[in-house]
Amino acid sequence: MNDFAFLLSLTLKSSMAVLLAAQGEVLSERAGVINLGQEGMMLMGAFIGYLVGYLTGNAALAFAAAGLVGSLLALLHGFFAIRLGANQLLSGIALSILGAGLANFMGRGFIGKPGLRVGEWPIPVLSDLPMVGKAVFGQNALVYVAVLVTVAMWFALSRTRWGLTVRACGENPTAADAMGAPVIRTRFTAVALGGFLSGMAGAYLSLVFTPGWKEGISAGQGWIAVAIVIFSGWRPLGALAGSLFFGFLSALQFFSQATGNNVVPLYILRILPYVLTILTLSFAAALGRRGRAPAGLGKPFFREH
Amino acid sequence: MSSQRTIHSRAIALWAFALAVPLLAGAAVFAVMGSDPLAAYSVMFQGAFGSWGRFSEVLVKASALSLTGLAVILAARMNLWNIGCEGQLVMGAVFATAAALHLGDTLPAALMLPCAALCGMAGGALWASGPAWLRSRLGVSEIITTLLLNYVAIALMEHLYFGIWRDPAGFGFPGTAMFAEAARLPRLAGTRVHPGLLAGIAGAILLAWALAKTRWGYELTVMGLGPKAASYAGMDAARRGLWVLMASGAIAGLAGMAEVTGIHYRLQQGVAVGYGYDGVIVACLARLHPALAPPAAIVLAAVLVGGEYLQTKMRLPSAASLVIEAALLLSLLWLQARKKR
Repeated sequence: MNDFAFLLSLTLKSSMAVLLAAQGEVLSERAGVINLGQEGMMLMGAFIGYLVGYLTGNAALAFAAAGLVGSLLALLHGFFAIRLGANQLLSGIALSILGAGLANFMGRGFIGKPGLRVGEWPIPVLSDLPMVGKAVFGQNALVYVAVLVTVAMWFALSRTRWGLTVRACGENPTAADAMGAPVIRTRFTAVALGGFLSGMAGAYLSLVFTPGWKEGISAGQGWIAVAIVIFSGWRPLGALAGSLFFGFLSALQFFSQATGNNVVPLYILRILPYVLTILTLSFAAALGRRGRAPAGLGKPFFREH
Repeated sequence: MSSQRTIHSRAIALWAFALAVPLLAGAAVFAVMGSDPLAAYSVMFQGAFGSWGRFSEVLVKASALSLTGLAVILAARMNLWNIGCEGQLVMGAVFATAAALHLGDTLPAALMLPCAALCGMAGGALWASGPAWLRSRLGVSEIITTLLLNYVAIALMEHLYFGIWRDPAGFGFPGTAMFAEAARLPRLAGTRVHPGLLAGIAGAILLAWALAKTRWGYELTVMGLGPKAASYAGMDAARRGLWVLMASGAIAGLAGMAEVTGIHYRLQQGVAVGYGYDGVIVACLARLHPALAPPAAIVLAAVLVGGEYLQTKMRLPSAASLVIEAALLLSLLWLQARKKR
């Protein structure tokens, strides 16, 4: 594989966890709920995905379990944010701490033990294309899943009735309620589905990207996903672009390590994804942000009596 | 009179419930891992309060936690959430280390520690200045930017002690050389308790006084109510927010300075252990009252020290403390949300 194809392949691989988590956050925020618990849901998803893979050897089961645990944690956040109307920012931060604590607590004995490894799943014919065939179509199955999720999210939010309801709950829950939309239920559904994606994002890390369990495996990717949602303007396709950008920056690290190319010192490459995420966020804000946050974002809804 | 009493006893019952929830959450986790929750808690209690030596370790952790808690409280009073205390603490430690390693020859010994403290505060303030500026000028969420910079600060610190600052006589040990005597904080005999504890208490009193009694504090409270309230009163909330976030970073930076000059005597692994994140919980437990930060810090420090003892004594991972902390934060939020409605 030539350098370009190698870098492209690495970029795709490095983007997928952040992409799944960002799609989950897009859904949750479009329904009006900020979930800063991404990091916690990813960490628990990573551990549970690893554990189920280790015990059963079944990748599908591992991803499903990781998704479910992500949903459960998201529902806990939903209870505080939607039912109680508690401070969503703090409740999400609590979720991040909780997920890290639970995963580290249960995972202590598993550090360094090899688990399930999900390998490549090349698409016939397409992966034999010259140049980029293998890089794009010779990936693991989750890459295709994540791209499908992105397209499905775009379609669901902008082209379906359910998507309209979700957006109405995020923009103006009182009006949505008056129109007969089940605001509370829709918000809970969106938050739980979002959590499912974040859990899968975590499992991607522990089963595909860097197989095995280690503490802090997500390294802030959950927070980067939240930032990507903001500068993507709360749009699924924008989040795809943002995730690929992040993936490219991470890929540069592996690329320079793998090829022994040390033009840029490694620690600069290590901090680059975080710094550039902040800079992109700032540029998006300075340019008058193309997207606008849902008007009802972060505001609890209670029906007036 | 009697209704007054019912309200009081109800409030007490609610608080008791809110404090019981994290304990139950911890118990559930212990039980899942197949150990006796009561035994685990009694070990944790012994670990934190079993002897003066052990309790002194609670005070050691409480010094850092009071400071990071105060840092979070100061910003939160203006409705700004500084989740970047971890990175600011690290930068405080880095700047203080720079002073300790490089100014030793030029500075009189008596000035070494004050200078390190100033450098630490400057480092923390500098680290908060980017998010502060972005927040006040462009309205970029300070939560995300302060948080992402935590990862950057830790990577930079590691680069320093694995790289150019690595102790040449350390046989490859990842850490700087030990600080000279002049750059070490004094300790209470037989313990690791250092003056950082006094800084936490003094800072709490000072901030409580400033918020309650000065014009500055009054303005801060008004601005915290919302941008509209502030602009009606002719106050520039954005500008004030910039300085408040930087001051918040300076307080966290001081905590980092105290960690390297009071505990480790060098920059090494173990400086970034989550005190910044814990500061958020301290702030919530203290209900954003500076005067309550030190006692709240002691409660949280006891959980952390107890968790470490659990690890050495029962081989249960100390991450149990994180679960208890998170449950505590959630149940405090529950309490707060109840009151609001």
